[in-house]
Amino acid sequence: MSGYNFAYLDESTKRMIRRAILKAVAIPGHQVPFGSREMPLPYGWGTGGIQVTAAVLGPADVLKVIDQGSDDTTNAVSIRAFFRRTAGVATTESTEAATIIQTRHRIPERPLREDQILVYQVPIPEPLGRLEPRIAETRRMHAMADYGLMHVKLYEDIARHGHIATSYSYPVMVNSRYLMSPSPIPAFDNPKMDQMPALQLFGAGREKRIYAVPPYTSVKSLDFDDHPFRPIRAPHACELCGSRDTYLDEVLTDDVGGRIFVCSDTDFCSERQAVKEAAE
Amino acid sequence: MSVALATEGLSKAFRLHLQGDVRIPVLDAVDFSVAPGECVALTGPSGAGKSTLMRCLYGNYGAGSGRILIRHRGELVDLAAADPLLVREIRRETLGYVSQFLRVIPRVGAREIVAEPLRTRGVPAEAALTRATELLTRLNLPPRLHDLPPSTFSGGEQQRINLARGFAADYPVLLLDEPTASLDPVNRQVVVALMAEAKARGAALIGIFHDTEIREQVADRLFEVLPIQDAA
Amino acid sequence: MNERSSKTPHPIPPPQAGEGGAHLPPPLLAGEGRGGGLAAQTPLLTARDLTLRFGRIAALDSVDIDIHPGEVVAIVGESGSGKTTLLRVLSGLMRPDAGEVSYLGQDVLGMTEAARRRLMRTEWGFVHQNPRDGLRMAVSAGGNIGERLMATGARHYGNIRDQAAHWLTRVEIDPTRMDEVPAKFSGGMQQRLQIARTLVTLPKLVFMDEPTGGLDVSVQARLLDLIRALVADLGLAVLIVTHDIAAARLLAHRMLVMRHGVVVESGLTDRVLDDPQHPYTQLLVSSVLA
Repeated sequence: MSGYNFAYLDESTKRMIRRAILKAVAIPGHQVPFGSREMPLPYGWGTGGIQVTAAVLGPADVLKVIDQGSDDTTNAVSIRAFFRRTAGVATTESTEAATIIQTRHRIPERPLREDQILVYQVPIPEPLGRLEPRIAETRRMHAMADYGLMHVKLYEDIARHGHIATSYSYPVMVNSRYLMSPSPIPAFDNPKMDQMPALQLFGAGREKRIYAVPPYTSVKSLDFDDHPFRPIRAPHACELCGSRDTYLDEVLTDDVGGRIFVCSDTDFCSERQAVKEAAE
Repeated sequence: MSVALATEGLSKAFRLHLQGDVRIPVLDAVDFSVAPGECVALTGPSGAGKSTLMRCLYGNYGAGSGRILIRHRGELVDLAAADPLLVREIRRETLGYVSQFLRVIPRVGAREIVAEPLRTRGVPAEAALTRATELLTRLNLPPRLHDLPPSTFSGGEQQRINLARGFAADYPVLLLDEPTASLDPVNRQVVVALMAEAKARGAALIGIFHDTEIREQVADRLFEVLPIQDAA
Repeated sequence: MNERSSKTPHPIPPPQAGEGGAHLPPPLLAGEGRGGGLAAQTPLLTARDLTLRFGRIAALDSVDIDIHPGEVVAIVGESGSGKTTLLRVLSGLMRPDAGEVSYLGQDVLGMTEAARRRLMRTEWGFVHQNPRDGLRMAVSAGGNIGERLMATGARHYGNIRDQAAHWLTRVEIDPTRMDEVPAKFSGGMQQRLQIARTLVTLPKLVFMDEPTGGLDVSVQARLLDLIRALVADLGLAVLIVTHDIAAARLLAHRMLVMRHGVVVESGLTDRVLDDPQHPYTQLLVSSVLA
């Protein structure tokens, strides 16, 4: 596509973003400010993730984009099209084939490898924001590792619901130092972040923050001794592939209360269906 | 003769800044001493400065000049020059004061008020409260009043609580300002007995007793406080 | 799934009300050469020569102060006398132009923010005049009390709740209201909750800024009495700023009278109030009824 630089952003912007990414990798879990640019789509549609992807994307990369685990939703389709047109890179729906995976709200079920990068779209990077409205104070709390307040939130959950009811954006400690929001992925996905071989990058466009978890870094979900963290999933098997250990979406099938549970990760589910069919 | 409490050249004047800086001298070079086991009654006309002397001895009024020596932990300490921390320690361990009026603390029951001096010395709650009950019973305060806050009590009842509090902690030196003023004859005799017991265990007592009958029963010696001429 | 009612395996026993333990006789230090020196004791907090100017106004002018373990010290004076500024400087919230503050030998003004915060959530406490400044209004009473415990590493939900219930009881709030937010509480209850939240880590030194300031008179008396009892039981050192002379008389062992940034008089509370020396103290005392 003519008239645009490779991957839409100009080279100096990409350098600025890469510097922010390098700093973020050097301080795992720490939010690094960056000069977020206007993108040709509204905030909340993944402007942070797109800028991070644009900054790390090379011509040989193979890009996969998922939204809630699915490759064929509007957001995923249009971001893939955007990079096909502005960077001319190959795109894929296969987790295994991809070198860069941009995601909104999920981590793929298939374990990621060292040669892959997972880019998260982040709406609200500050995990303490809802509890402490003063930004300067949340910065100080991070600087001092003064995180009692986050446990207060979990305490309140148990006091109100009898268990920790936070089921997404479940806060984690990265490298035993920084408190981090994993973006609105389900708590079910949190354990996948721990010691992941792939590099994990987080971009928040509106809030102008980038943070990162380098490969093989400890990521622990906060909890209490007597209320340990538990990844929660719907207690069903996938209607399509039969999986009992993946994250499921509830799908309404008619207007008389019919519903089924299917894998949220469409690529993983279709792979399993193919294997099943081949075996039959 | 050993000394429990003594003053040397104790003087006290008040300067009233709000009334044209007038200076009112009350005590002038008072020398006075009391031995362990002795009771000294302060006498003198009303307004001569007996209460002022008592308050100086307790450290409630600051001394203008001179020394107030008190035997505390075996040493003679100058109370007039002691810092607040030391004054508190002396009041906790050595020096008691029974005033005419009870300072009522909201919501605190009579027994607890009496037990408090013992509690601040580290006596366990139960033992301190037992001692408080003994004294209140001896002073004929009805048991139903023991755990009520005394703010609504009569003057005589409050006075007996004050006395029980003063005698609970077995102070080596005890100051008594009109301890029997609002008591009936029966309770007056209880106080006389308490003072005699305190003397017998070696306490030094200094008192103001307008009731001459009581004074004659308990005082070993009189010390006359005389009004001084206005020097202003 | 509801594990709220489950019995915790090893609950932390609630802290013992100090059986007068805070009132053990102070160590004997002979030969200190000051009035016998029997009570000589290492101060908890010491400040020397504190000076702070706001433009041409001296908020603090060469202020010295010592606070000893278990000692309640009141700073009294009218609005603008510098008493709240002194509290903020001593607790490290504000820097003076000159002078030093030391807590158990540590230089408070020179310590890192991290160290100061650690003190503030363990050995120190701060009770604000307005409970809204000291409480999290959207967090339940139990969560408010538990915060300092969680900030210092408590990770057992059941124990944290046991502690919260214990402290609610101590400040005379029905523990069954543990899961209510403070917005539902009266002003006096909010202030008591703030005190519970502060005392849960058993601090050594508590700063209080007009703790009864915004309350009705009837509520003030109850709160003052509660503070008096807690302070005596726990052997706390307290620095309390107030313009309420009666509160100072009830609570404080010692008081400082401030005017225009200067400590004009200090000493034993009953002596300062009954035998005031400085013209300003005489004026202050004579303006009090009863």
